[in-house]
Amino acid sequence: MWTAILTIASIALIAGLGLSLASRHLSSKEGDLVEQVNDMLPQTQCAQCGYPGCRPYATAVVEDGVAINLCPPGGDETIQRLATLLGRDSLPLSEIMVPSVAVIDESLCIGCTHCRNACPVDAIVGAHQLMHTIIESECTGCELCVTPCPVDCISMKPLT
Amino acid sequence: MEFEHREAPFLSPQVSVSSLMLQVLAALIPAAMAHVWYFGPGFILNLLVAAVFAATGEALMLSLRSRKPASGLTDYSALVTAALLAFALPSLTPWWVTATGALFAVVVAKHLYGGLGFNMFNPAMAGYVVILVAFPMHLNLWVAPSMGDLDYQHLSILETLTFTLTGSLPDGVLFDAVSRATPLDVMKSGLNNARTVAEIRAAPIMGSFGGRGWEWIGNFTAIGGFWLLAKKVIRWHIPVGVGLGLLFPATIMYMIEPGSAASPGFHLFGGATILCAFFIATDPVSAATSPKGRLIYGLGIGFLIYCIRRWGSYADGVAFAVLLMNIAVPTIDYLTRPHIIGHNKNSGSGESDV
Amino acid sequence: MSAPTYDLGTLHGGLRLPANKSVSTRQPIINAPLPSQLVLPITQHVGDPAQPIIGIGERVLKGQLIAEMTGSLGAPVHASSSGKVIAIEPRPVSRRNGDNAPCIIIECDGKDEAIQAADAMPNFTEISPSSLLRAILQGGIVGLGGAVFPTAQKLMQARTCDIDQLLLNGVECESYISCDDMLMRERAGQVISGAQILMHALEIDKCLIAIESDKPEAIRALGGVLGEMDDSRITLKQVPTIYPSGGEDQLVQLVTNREVPSGGLPSDVGCLVQNVGTAAAIHDWIIDNQPLIARITTITGDGVANPINVRARIGTTIEDVITLAGGYTDRARQLIIGGPMTGKSVTTDRVPLVKSTNCILVSSETPSAEPEMPCIRCGDCASVCPVQLLPQQLFWYACADNEIKLREFGLIDCIECGCCDLVCPSHIPLTVNFRVAKGRIRELADEKARAVRARQRFEARNDRLEREKSERECELRNQKDLAKKAGPSAIAEILKRKQQKNEDDS
Repeated sequence: MWTAILTIASIALIAGLGLSLASRHLSSKEGDLVEQVNDMLPQTQCAQCGYPGCRPYATAVVEDGVAINLCPPGGDETIQRLATLLGRDSLPLSEIMVPSVAVIDESLCIGCTHCRNACPVDAIVGAHQLMHTIIESECTGCELCVTPCPVDCISMKPLT
Repeated sequence: MEFEHREAPFLSPQVSVSSLMLQVLAALIPAAMAHVWYFGPGFILNLLVAAVFAATGEALMLSLRSRKPASGLTDYSALVTAALLAFALPSLTPWWVTATGALFAVVVAKHLYGGLGFNMFNPAMAGYVVILVAFPMHLNLWVAPSMGDLDYQHLSILETLTFTLTGSLPDGVLFDAVSRATPLDVMKSGLNNARTVAEIRAAPIMGSFGGRGWEWIGNFTAIGGFWLLAKKVIRWHIPVGVGLGLLFPATIMYMIEPGSAASPGFHLFGGATILCAFFIATDPVSAATSPKGRLIYGLGIGFLIYCIRRWGSYADGVAFAVLLMNIAVPTIDYLTRPHIIGHNKNSGSGESDV
Repeated sequence: MSAPTYDLGTLHGGLRLPANKSVSTRQPIINAPLPSQLVLPITQHVGDPAQPIIGIGERVLKGQLIAEMTGSLGAPVHASSSGKVIAIEPRPVSRRNGDNAPCIIIECDGKDEAIQAADAMPNFTEISPSSLLRAILQGGIVGLGGAVFPTAQKLMQARTCDIDQLLLNGVECESYISCDDMLMRERAGQVISGAQILMHALEIDKCLIAIESDKPEAIRALGGVLGEMDDSRITLKQVPTIYPSGGEDQLVQLVTNREVPSGGLPSDVGCLVQNVGTAAAIHDWIIDNQPLIARITTITGDGVANPINVRARIGTTIEDVITLAGGYTDRARQLIIGGPMTGKSVTTDRVPLVKSTNCILVSSETPSAEPEMPCIRCGDCASVCPVQLLPQQLFWYACADNEIKLREFGLIDCIECGCCDLVCPSHIPLTVNFRVAKGRIRELADEKARAVRARQRFEARNDRLEREKSERECELRNQKDLAKKAGPSAIAEILKRKQQKNEDDS
């Protein structure tokens, strides 16, 4: 009986050691993983997840184990993809977001450049005291321009 | 004039799952008749018990899974499973052994894996293997074929029915009097006892090429199999693969040591080889999908049948061979993807170069 | 099952479908009478819509240019008969399954007065290929096999590649359709002449006309004309009657044994394919100065009393031509433009006959009563796929919305021929699934492209901000150094300069 116990125990020990060695030496590099996670994010750079951009969020997800359901523009699909990639459980979306673009009401715009400086992808064109406008094809709908506008002339138009 | 909108194509397929299954059942009729002719009515009883329990199991599982039981039963796939299981069992099998096999096949091997189209293992073989391993004694009552020259007691239909339902033989009749070892059993135990093939073949149960009774069942099965091939219900790749996979090592071993290796013909016509080649291995859900993959699958099954018969402890290796190759199917499918027209030929498994 | 070959390539898979063509080829082509009204959609081709250049109330003549090409890919539209433009408004069109699209409506005056013949070119061999191509562009010629790709642009693209042969597609493999068969029987001369014009435009000297073996009359007619013309550059090639051997890529493979690369064109392997109808239309325009204003259409199916082929003016509504086929029977259930495998089902017969209308199939087929079962992995779909795809796997991955696997298994190469649907015992609507999945892949690719662009702009912006910051720091440091070196008087100067700048700005 003791032989049997000792045999099984030593097999378990060897297997455990082998697995832990493998997980240390054969694991994918963390840097690669951050890149992969960043690739899956929609690059809106809207900071709705609480991080100043998509790459910081990706880093936090990989290194600090931050929840994967904090990206509204990514939607359920991104959560599923991240869950598959990282081997974690998928979670429901923290906030549903309708895809939309920002629109400037030109009759109210005073040309203050606050929104232009706020846009993370430089999708607003305009100079000091001249008309501003949003390049619709480049707008990611992150809404970072809405609050800085002193005359509240920016609204979000849902994409059909 | 106004019309409704539909999507192309506007023609409907002429085949259906139920028509395919019915054709398979029809092709099994010659084999069934031969079975009853040689081994008595036990087969019919087994078939009835298996069919009843398979259908019950299917209906139960479908309603548990919130599907319509009628839709699942009318595709006749449970019936085909029951039929194949009945072919695998000895004539004198107690009803509860058959029932366990049928229920396991349909409930566990088929529905717990996802139902029709999703099962990884051949349900009939999975059911058979479970009862073979769990009730080995009960799966040994093989009836001998009707041959005038044997000291053997045949049971009547009523006596067979009684045995199936109650497990008891008529008064004064012993198990040994009504059962005999199959030709494969005889061959295996003979070889284990270091007798030569020639000596073993002298026994009357061995028949001319595949074992008395079994060889003719093999022929009738083949008739049904060729009919299925002609109707294009099955393709040639798996039957040919099983045949070649078995014949190749059998021939080599026979040529090397004819005294202690059964002839290739014996292997081909003995046991359930032909049934496996045309009916069991060709179950589309658990087999490989591409033509090349199917050939490899068939070859693997044939080869494993030979290995198990020759070096394993079971007399016939069909069930285990099929289940083992079922495990290999995802890999076979991955490695045998056809070349997509217009894609780079050099990429291994059909990767796009765009 | 593989197709047998006639000394050239093989085609994997395919199906032998019941032809159902003899019902519509018993009579010669009927010339449809002029309708009272012509409905001419401005988009009858692949590409940008044409721009109308006539106004409401204007009188137009037959063959007059009424909408000109816009963008780099498009074709003009010509008036099919003389009359008055009474409206330019949305009307039901077949391209949108019966939904509305902008159309030019002409009230025919019955005189059928043609516009003055400007530049007929009977001696086309004396014209440079580029001028010939420009002329073809102006004729509104598009691919009449159903794809309606603007022919001139197709030829221009082909000229940039190494083309060595022209393939004329007279295969017409789909059931019921027989318009090309009748064209080849009755207008073989125009087809051959069109081939010669095309060969001159492409500057090649080899042309193969591919015909299915079940069209003996067409083969005889073309053979006869070829024999008279004695043009050794053009040969006939018989191909076996398997659907879909008439698909462009499939025909190239069958006739030349070359595989068109995925995402590529036949011109990548040295071939150019044109429908025989397109060749005849080119002849009509270049030699007879008749732009594309009429085409041959098969009207067939159990839903019409007398299946025939008609030659009708483009813009005639289906309602108007159905009477030529004996009208509807009481078994008319479905109105399909095209064949039973790849056609479009339209909701109303008020749609006009356009450049792409090769067949009007009024079918009595109703949807199959059998429910969809799970896939039983029988593999029959893979054995009939002409592109050697694995529809079974594509189906699994389409249900799972797995874009990467769908690409890997070649979903974008699916030609939507419908063969897999017809052999599936589980009655799974595979082709519809694949169509939807393709749309999904395009959607995901678009999203991905947007994300990549957004990231690039974000990173560029960060770089810009970094750069500006470091430039400011640099300047500040320089100023500090300068001030340290120069002493307090320099500081006073800097202050004065700054004050002046502020005053100037305000």
